[in-house]
Amino acid sequence: MREGQFRNLSGCAISGIFSKQGNRFSGERIIESIAVMHDRSNGLGGGFAAYGIYPEYKEYYAFHIFYDSKTAKKESEDFLEEHFDIINLSKIPTRKMPEITDEPLIWRYFVKPLPTKLAESQLDEREFVSKCVFKVNTTIKGSYIFSSGKNMGVFKAVGFPEDVGRFYRLEEYEGYCFTAHGRYPTNTPGWWGGAHPFALLDYSVVHNGEISSYDANRRAIEMFGYKCTLQTDTEVITYIIDYLHRKKGLTLNEICSVIAAPFWSTIADKPKNERETLTYLRNAFASQLITGPFSILVGFEGGLMALNDRLKLRSMVVGEKDDMVYIASEEAAIRVIQNDLDKVWSPKGGEGVIVQLEGGLV
Amino acid sequence: MAVDYIYPDYEIIRDYDKCITCRVCERQCANEAHEYLPQENKMVCDNAKCVNCHRCVSLCPTRALKIVKSDHTFKENANWSGKSIKEVYKQAGSGGVLLSSMGNPENYPVYFDKILLNASQVTNPSIDPLREPMETRVFLGSKPTKIERDDKGRIIDNLSPNITLSMPIMFSAMSYGSISYNAHESLARAAQELGILYNTGEGGLHEDFYQYGKNTIVQVASGRFGVHKDYLNSGAAIEIKMGQGAKPGIGGHLPGTKIVGDVSKTRMIPEGFDAISPAPHHDIYSIEDLRQLVFSLKEATNYTKPVIVKIAAVHNVSAIASGIARSGADIIAIDGFRGGTGAAPTRIRDNVGIPIELALASVDKRLRDEGIRDNVSIVVGGSIRSSADIVKAVALGADCVYIGTSALLALGCHLCRSCQTGKCNWGIATQREDLVKRLNPNIGYKRLVNLLTAWQHEIKEMMGGMGINSIESLKGNRLMLRGVGLTEKELEILGIKYAGE
Repeated sequence: MREGQFRNLSGCAISGIFSKQGNRFSGERIIESIAVMHDRSNGLGGGFAAYGIYPEYKEYYAFHIFYDSKTAKKESEDFLEEHFDIINLSKIPTRKMPEITDEPLIWRYFVKPLPTKLAESQLDEREFVSKCVFKVNTTIKGSYIFSSGKNMGVFKAVGFPEDVGRFYRLEEYEGYCFTAHGRYPTNTPGWWGGAHPFALLDYSVVHNGEISSYDANRRAIEMFGYKCTLQTDTEVITYIIDYLHRKKGLTLNEICSVIAAPFWSTIADKPKNERETLTYLRNAFASQLITGPFSILVGFEGGLMALNDRLKLRSMVVGEKDDMVYIASEEAAIRVIQNDLDKVWSPKGGEGVIVQLEGGLV
Repeated sequence: MAVDYIYPDYEIIRDYDKCITCRVCERQCANEAHEYLPQENKMVCDNAKCVNCHRCVSLCPTRALKIVKSDHTFKENANWSGKSIKEVYKQAGSGGVLLSSMGNPENYPVYFDKILLNASQVTNPSIDPLREPMETRVFLGSKPTKIERDDKGRIIDNLSPNITLSMPIMFSAMSYGSISYNAHESLARAAQELGILYNTGEGGLHEDFYQYGKNTIVQVASGRFGVHKDYLNSGAAIEIKMGQGAKPGIGGHLPGTKIVGDVSKTRMIPEGFDAISPAPHHDIYSIEDLRQLVFSLKEATNYTKPVIVKIAAVHNVSAIASGIARSGADIIAIDGFRGGTGAAPTRIRDNVGIPIELALASVDKRLRDEGIRDNVSIVVGGSIRSSADIVKAVALGADCVYIGTSALLALGCHLCRSCQTGKCNWGIATQREDLVKRLNPNIGYKRLVNLLTAWQHEIKEMMGGMGINSIESLKGNRLMLRGVGLTEKELEILGIKYAGE
């Protein structure tokens, strides 16, 4: 069975590194970090999101696509050519290794919407791109666009995360932010697309947990044009964040107050203005509240957000050293790459940790 | 004619060893089933008058009474049940329509009983409501379509008028007239203490109860009884009653004998006149007319109250709901075919309408498919019998439930289904003063509070078991449900999987 045909629950490990100065560093470090938490995954999925890795193409959407067959590739490329100006295309470089098998065709395209097509659609550019991504993923059999942001990319596979990192030669990329995920699914996924991070445009989510609100969230978000094809928590969380941030214009802090909303008892003790805003958000976006255990890292253009569920039912630690911020499921995963930390703490449940580039986008 | 004599369905059994001829049973029975024979110093009874309401049984100080089902029977017939035969006799004798009360008692499937709930094991933790916060607060009303901010970037409260409830339960419409003053007082005070709402039904609002306005839904039905500007403005919300689960497609009828004193004043109709609500609203012959009434009521209340449109669950309920969701209404209330009533034609009650579980599932899906689910909240009733039914209804997609029969049971109703006689021995469905005073509102309201407090605890326990700590994460969460003993089609309509899947 393929991912999407059943609800796949999983436990996991996550890790993230961010340079507030926008200094680019190699992917080697995130591999080292996630490798420490080997036992939190079971070899059935690993992946990375990397930001700032394509500065030479930063004006273009970078599509990373899995193809099951040459027919699927042909069909998808026809679609892309019809809707986009393709500036560059190539196979994503990989390394042959015994730990990673059954790889699909993995291709990368740098694209820009064709102005005529964009005008015709009457959509803004990002909405146009996301619609095209949904179109390919839901209608072209054997094709799956798993990364579609600018100056960023997702790399994922079935395997242990450290092996996945080496398979994709992640050490050869440099970015200002990396996140990583090691997966422990309770079902066997036979498909690479099901691994994490899950991404849409420049939003990427890695997640550790199993949310109990899944079907409430899924049915609510599908009303707004999203289609949950994978039946994973990460997918629905990504869509919720995209919806609240991009479509509804909520700030990241407001998003935290929606998806990991403070309890009514906490809201009652807040000053009037804040109380009213929090009550408004819980009312207006009731269906976007996420319950059950989760710790998530949300990558986006120029920033990283970490958030725990309202009861903090999953571990998550933050460490800081100079302009570097490290976030991981376990402190050991931070210490292995930076033992000399200025500050280490565990954010409370529902308390979002948001870091952004100090000088704006690089 | 001899054929009109029908042997009673129930028999009163008296244990004469225990009976002390105190005559409590005689005084308590408004149907006059018990009689004292002074010469013999003995109590006797007329089973034909007994409605099986248990009043005498409950109050007998020596526990000398019980009511049993009669074993008197017709010759067995798989087609002609005793009930069918007797009904033919009755109608052949009277030439009248058969009347019944309370919800459809016939043997149709109860889908709530074929749905099972989930609980967390291993991969995510259950949550203990005794140790962690567990939230049941709900808002009813439409959701805003866009976020607006002031010049400082702060979110402007652009919510349309909403209802806030401490738990997803409200008391459904039962008019003053169909039920007693004391029953209404019990409901109003319980609603206030619980932080929920009760509903006036189509009987107006007694002036004594305006003080509970924040916890009141005022109803506007086809007869417009008791409707005036102050009435509309007195409540927290206005409900337009288009239909009722117990009698879809027909109006209401409160006999003149019940239109006495304050009931007549509150309904704004003369004493002794039958209060007949027409089958349709005569200003609503189509959906666009409904929209006009919705906005007339909003105008009358200066856009400060949410408007509820209540409909009976009928075959094309989802299409109707879709129309209502675009009519400007804020809340849709759907009443299933098991819903209660103070009086309805038996054939209508027992044969018209569809189960609320199926109606709810299909309305929720339809509104989502059309992208308009956030335009309205959905309230369902008919019949919600326990906290488990509520959890299942919310998981199917309801925002809230209405309870009527359960609330009356809490007040002492024994479901004898004889409301239409007006001789309710428990002081609920009657206007006879001596009977009304049997229901003490100080005790009645407390029992309602007890019931819903208990249900709220149980809802929290079930939610916690699923790892959910706020009711909004349960709403429409159909993966938390599994069916047993259902066909593929039933599962498809309910939108749930089979147990084991």
